[in-house]
Amino acid sequence: MQTHKYDTVIVGAGGAGMRAALESSKRSRTAVLTKLYPTRSHTGAAQGGMCAALANVEEDNWEWHTFDTVKGGDYLTDQDAAEIMCKEAIDAVLDLEKMGLPFSRTPEGRIDQRRFGGHTRDHGKAAVRRSCYAADRTGHMILQTLFQNCVKQNVEFYNEFYVLDLLLAEDEAGNKSTSGVVAYELATGEIHVFQAKSVIFATGGFGKVFKTTSNAHTLTGDGMGIAWRRGLPLEDMEFYQFHPTGLAGLGILLTEGARGEGGILRNADGERFMERYAPTIKDLAPRDIVARSMVLEVLEGRGAGPNKDYVYLDLTHLPAEQIEEKLPDITEFARTYLGVEPTTELVPVYPTAHYAMGGIPTNVEAEVLSDNTTVVPGLYAAGEVACVSVHGSNRLGTNSLLDINVFGRRAGIAAAEYATTHDFVELPEAPETTVVELIERLRDSSGTERVGAIRAEMQETMDANAGVYRTEETLKQALADIKGLQKRYLDVSIQDKGKRYNTDLLEAIELGFLLDLAEVLVVGAQNRKESRGGHAREDFQARDDENYMKHTMAYREVDAKGEHSIRLGYKPVVVTRYQPMERKY
Amino acid sequence: MTAVVEETAPGTGHGSTAAERDHTPIVITLRIRRFNPETDAEPYWQDFKVEADPTERILTAMMKIKAEQDGSLTFRRSCAHGICGSDAMRINGRNRLACKTLVKDLDMAKPITVEAIKGLKLEKDLVVDMDPFMQAYKDVMPFLITSGNEPTRERLQSPEDRERFDDTTKCILCAACTTSCPVFWSDGQYFGPAAIVNAHRFIFDSRDEGAEERLEILNEKEGVWRCRTTFNCTEACPRGIEVTKAIQEVKRALIFRRV
Ligand SMILES: Cc1cc2nc3c(=O)[nH]c(=O)nc-3n(C[C@H](O)[C@H](O)[C@H](O)COP(=O)(O)OP(=O)(O)OC[C@H]3O[C@@H](n4cnc5c(N)ncnc54)[C@H](O)[C@@H]3O)c2cc1C
Ligand code: SF4
Ligand code: FES
Repeated sequence: MQTHKYDTVIVGAGGAGMRAALESSKRSRTAVLTKLYPTRSHTGAAQGGMCAALANVEEDNWEWHTFDTVKGGDYLTDQDAAEIMCKEAIDAVLDLEKMGLPFSRTPEGRIDQRRFGGHTRDHGKAAVRRSCYAADRTGHMILQTLFQNCVKQNVEFYNEFYVLDLLLAEDEAGNKSTSGVVAYELATGEIHVFQAKSVIFATGGFGKVFKTTSNAHTLTGDGMGIAWRRGLPLEDMEFYQFHPTGLAGLGILLTEGARGEGGILRNADGERFMERYAPTIKDLAPRDIVARSMVLEVLEGRGAGPNKDYVYLDLTHLPAEQIEEKLPDITEFARTYLGVEPTTELVPVYPTAHYAMGGIPTNVEAEVLSDNTTVVPGLYAAGEVACVSVHGSNRLGTNSLLDINVFGRRAGIAAAEYATTHDFVELPEAPETTVVELIERLRDSSGTERVGAIRAEMQETMDANAGVYRTEETLKQALADIKGLQKRYLDVSIQDKGKRYNTDLLEAIELGFLLDLAEVLVVGAQNRKESRGGHAREDFQARDDENYMKHTMAYREVDAKGEHSIRLGYKPVVVTRYQPMERKY
Repeated sequence: MTAVVEETAPGTGHGSTAAERDHTPIVITLRIRRFNPETDAEPYWQDFKVEADPTERILTAMMKIKAEQDGSLTFRRSCAHGICGSDAMRINGRNRLACKTLVKDLDMAKPITVEAIKGLKLEKDLVVDMDPFMQAYKDVMPFLITSGNEPTRERLQSPEDRERFDDTTKCILCAACTTSCPVFWSDGQYFGPAAIVNAHRFIFDSRDEGAEERLEILNEKEGVWRCRTTFNCTEACPRGIEVTKAIQEVKRALIFRRV
């Protein structure tokens, strides 16, 4: 075992982690721990763009952007946070440009902007061109640019280090404070304890609870899982976004930018069905609405293909040059993985699990909360792992790349400031114990259960029972399945007993986190007897502001026998300017 | 629009390609070069039979083997659709991403060989030590270098100037190019194509002022002049970057600055 000491430790090197590192490493001695080489992070998969009211191509302002973000989130968005994000968006984009990001340009040489779902002019009058982009690889360019600047700034990375535990000290009154993290080094199997004054979690999402997803295999919710096991709450976990246009059967994403460029969704009859569901902005309605509309088309028998189980994305009316120039990557995905030529053929698409609106609760300074208001000193979270909540119950496209830059930066500054004004908190005795036990249990187990089988069954039940539409019955089924799988997980064994590059072991650990989070998602969904944003209940189709315009806070409770259960509480939504209205597009 | 509409009925015309593709599973053999330094003195080949849909990725087949047959089979993977650069491997003797190679694009009747990329230290099965590769990348100063005061708004750049280096911005640092280069195999000190591609991305960016410095680095003994234009790199690049062309452009820049 090795011990290290840093002022600030950042867990994760995606967009949020590296944006934080650029700030904190200037101000405090910083280490970035990441289970992937930084450039492998899934921020690199983001395609469509990052919104900011630059008004480079048409009139726009951050207040309109704030309104869209609040309405898009179906009024569960914390309005103070959304306002900060949309205001700081402009500098966030300009900062990236100055760092070298090669944005696509207007003829005048300015950063070009395009339309995106739910982003409108003057409170919903028409679609507005707000998304700054670099062809359809904006996330790739953000990830590369941030990494390049980390290289320039000599940021210290620990690559392929899996953080598996968070060290919190507790005083007699039960107040927590941060003392570090415990990591497992993939190359050697060695355990490393990192003592730190401040810790930032930037570990991304947990899309792998679902089978059909745009998320990477490595998005297993480790950060949320670790916080959860350490007794910290998770907020709004039932709100999971399904992106309308995943390649049918595969889940690989085709950006909403395709519709921003003029692409149209059609059912088997060739009908532009979004005209019926969102007469004003049609195919550019927010994702929750489009995804539900697509599912309804299929359920009502208007799906396409041999099993009538998908719809089409039509780009064939767009000039081939525009497709090649603005959407080169997704065109290639369609060609490679479905054998479809998007310039002349319709592309089969269906909703794919995409983004976690919920996560570790934070305030706008990115400080982690242990209940509705209490800050955990020294602990921060930013990016998809966090719930600020700027996305409410449904994130607008392009607002996550924005979120990771704005709140990544804020977390980096705040964590470094905290570190320079506070002392180290003493490490607990034998800080590695929990991780060592976790690893040894899996390595020594002679159980008969296999990781692959349990993971597949979890993903099947989540797709079938906790997807775009949910009912009491399906959620009950999902919960029963997950509980069963959690029991079987106790009997899981691995085949690789070695120390070096033991990915067998790590997949088993990741599955443990996924099972925890799947349960929280389903329990939250069962409790929320309304439909709002990304959470659609067939048995409660209306939004119910009276009873549910509040955030869900889930807490892990452990009884005397060591059995765990989930307790749900609520947190009020911060409302500043915008009173809830019916959501029409 | 009506023309398109009529052609979209299931099974006819537009959109039918995907549906018509053959999804009948077949049994393929993956012949994988295994090595575990904790137990093996030498690498060895091991055959795995696995059921696969012809339209499936090789990565999917490998993940199935790991899940169902041998959990110790070790490889890196993340995005599974060719954008993170984790899973460059030598498949049937050619460097490719396992997640971008479909079963049907290979000879399914014969064993499909899968081995680690060459020229970097083998760590375990398909995992190699990426640090020297990343170091070469860092050595070319892969970041925007500017002088003077920052503008308040964005720097202007015409679409033409932006286009000039578009190709080399696509790099995902997968190392498929560098580890297919015979010069790199024989001389691990050579920067290799990927580093030059990333230098190109900045040298030809109209906003950058570090070209001189970077060109000096690439002018060194282990720099761009080692390239013998074998085109292996261009063929290997899963992002379709014209790697050899980029290297040639850097060479030309060096000559013109000199002369
Ligand atoms: C296909 C796709 C397209 C998208 N397109 C857009 C778009 O156009 N616009 C937009 O705004 N949003 C988009 N999104 C959403 C957005 O890209 C993500 O939400 C965002 O990039 C998340 O960034 P992050 O930094 O929080 O996490 P990630 O980039 O996922 O990074 C997570 C990091 O945490 C590390 N990590 C995880 N667990 C551990 C652990 N246990 N120990 C150590 N390190 C760990 C990983 O190594 C990684 O470095 C898209 C998402 C997808 C999947
Ligand atoms: S140039 Fe192509 S092959 Fe080489 S590292 Fe970049 S993406 Fe990979
Ligand atoms: S797994 Fe990401 S490139 Fe293949």
